[in-house]
Amino acid sequence: MSSFNLYRSSRYRRALFALSLALPASLLLAAGVGAYLIPPLEIPRVLWEKADQAYAVLVSIRFPRVLLAALVGAMLALAGAVLQGLFRNPLADPGLIGVTSGAGLGAAIFIVLVPGAGPLQVFALPVMAFVGGLLATFGVWRLASNGGRVQVLTLLLAGIALNAAAGALIGLLISRASDEQLRSLTFWTLGGFGGATWITLLAMVPTGLLAFWGLLRLAQPLNALVLGEREAFHLGVHLEPFKRQAVALSALAVGTAVAAAGGVGFIGLVAPHLFRLLAGPDHRYLLAGAALLGASLSVLADLVARTVVAPAELPVGVVTSLLGAPFFIWLLLRYKREVAR
Amino acid sequence: MSLLVAEGLGYQVGGRTLVQGVSLTLEAGEVLALLGPNGAGKTTLLRLLAGEERPSAGRIELLGRALEGYGALELALTRSVLTQQRELSFPFTAYEVAFLGRMPHLQQRPEGPVDHARTERALGEAQALSLAARLYPTLSGGEQGRVDLARVLAQEPRLLLLDEPTNHLDPKHQVEVLALCRRLAEGGWGVVMVLHELNLASLFADRILLLHQGRMVALGRPAEVLCPKRLEAVYGLPFALAPHPSGRPWVMPLVQSSYPVPSL
Repeated sequence: MSSFNLYRSSRYRRALFALSLALPASLLLAAGVGAYLIPPLEIPRVLWEKADQAYAVLVSIRFPRVLLAALVGAMLALAGAVLQGLFRNPLADPGLIGVTSGAGLGAAIFIVLVPGAGPLQVFALPVMAFVGGLLATFGVWRLASNGGRVQVLTLLLAGIALNAAAGALIGLLISRASDEQLRSLTFWTLGGFGGATWITLLAMVPTGLLAFWGLLRLAQPLNALVLGEREAFHLGVHLEPFKRQAVALSALAVGTAVAAAGGVGFIGLVAPHLFRLLAGPDHRYLLAGAALLGASLSVLADLVARTVVAPAELPVGVVTSLLGAPFFIWLLLRYKREVAR
Repeated sequence: MSLLVAEGLGYQVGGRTLVQGVSLTLEAGEVLALLGPNGAGKTTLLRLLAGEERPSAGRIELLGRALEGYGALELALTRSVLTQQRELSFPFTAYEVAFLGRMPHLQQRPEGPVDHARTERALGEAQALSLAARLYPTLSGGEQGRVDLARVLAQEPRLLLLDEPTNHLDPKHQVEVLALCRRLAEGGWGVVMVLHELNLASLFADRILLLHQGRMVALGRPAEVLCPKRLEAVYGLPFALAPHPSGRPWVMPLVQSSYPVPSL
């Protein structure tokens, strides 16, 4: 009589399995395609033979870039899934609710006010972006929650307010910035993986690993929270530490992603939703699934961004927003119907 | 050792006294019903007993230990709570919702077949097995209530705290849920439940605690508590008492001439 249960959990497993195949496939595709075309299936041979030019392109340009895109996408998607669970609201997204701009502001303050950090900058940025993201997440939480319940309206309004405030402050910093700082800042506000090097990747590892490890452990309490805060407590969740961890670790994930690639919008919203449509909402599978899906989406979006108007390049944020905004509108419409019901 | 002991419980919030001077003892194997008009403090009392709010006066002991000494997980392994909240933030299936009751057990060991067996048994006991594959948000209020009851049962506690378990249920399911509570009590669990239906409490509870404006008016066997005079004082409505075929008291509000009723 356990067929329905088995059915659903095998659906989760199948989705995870498919996604774990899709990620390497999109990585290979994106590593091969570009101004200098290397057929994706040739990649193992090129790596083996270390054939000069193709090898150099792969190792010093393409690999850091696609890996960075994958990591950033995975972290944004994971943070998005956790924030949606924490706020008990499917419309939460690190970008929409202001966490991304908070992290951006933290990093911008560092770029402009601490000039000459030099080589340390790449390692200090994730920390500053984390602090900014953390403050923003706490701010939005305090603004939007009312006795443990988060209203969509106040949540989105708080996001608008935070985005506006962070945008204004970044604007203020821009007016004080030197030319070099200005270039740094502009790169950020647009978002992109163009500056990827192995060093950028290395700088993400400590905070990124911590965020991944910590966020994936939150699956069970997030499932309990689906029922409500009291009900989660009745199921044995020690609420306050859990909420603090969820907020801090999501901010850490978003901060790390933002420090490395600027604000790449909508992945945190779209990836968890796609996984829910594909398999279901159980966080024990959703967190890993959203991360895998977010990584693939981000890699493919970057592929589109750098090939569609070649030899020029679109900021990847433009591509994710072009795809993400209609998706968000569709979600809003669906949500509106559900509320009206 | 008593399952649950509360002494001199009081709870104040924002200068308002919601519960005052409530004392009770629950033994394993017992069903206690909390009755009283709206706003009498039934749900607040249940929340105090659940460890959700700290009483501002008095003390609670669960299995001989002070309630505030329990961690959230330890509590979840000892007692489960059915609230009236039926909103789910994501579309879980009824089975997945019931399976959440296994969560406290899964904090200590990986998921196994026994967890699914317990979930299915709980769904069966709560008459919700046929709903298992459906999405919880698409269920009716009564069906959702049964699925939540299954979740609370799947938690396998020693003590069940139920806030209006019969809400939204049709008469047959009301009786079945309360009969189930009786059977669970006979199996060694303790049950405390908030009810509105006086006669269901009379039929299925060992004892009744009648609350009025946060204070204990009476605590005792149904025949002792459900006397028309006392009910009139509490509910502000005259009651008549009649014998139920089971021998338990059966009370009915008397409608006065000041209320419009259809003529026969």
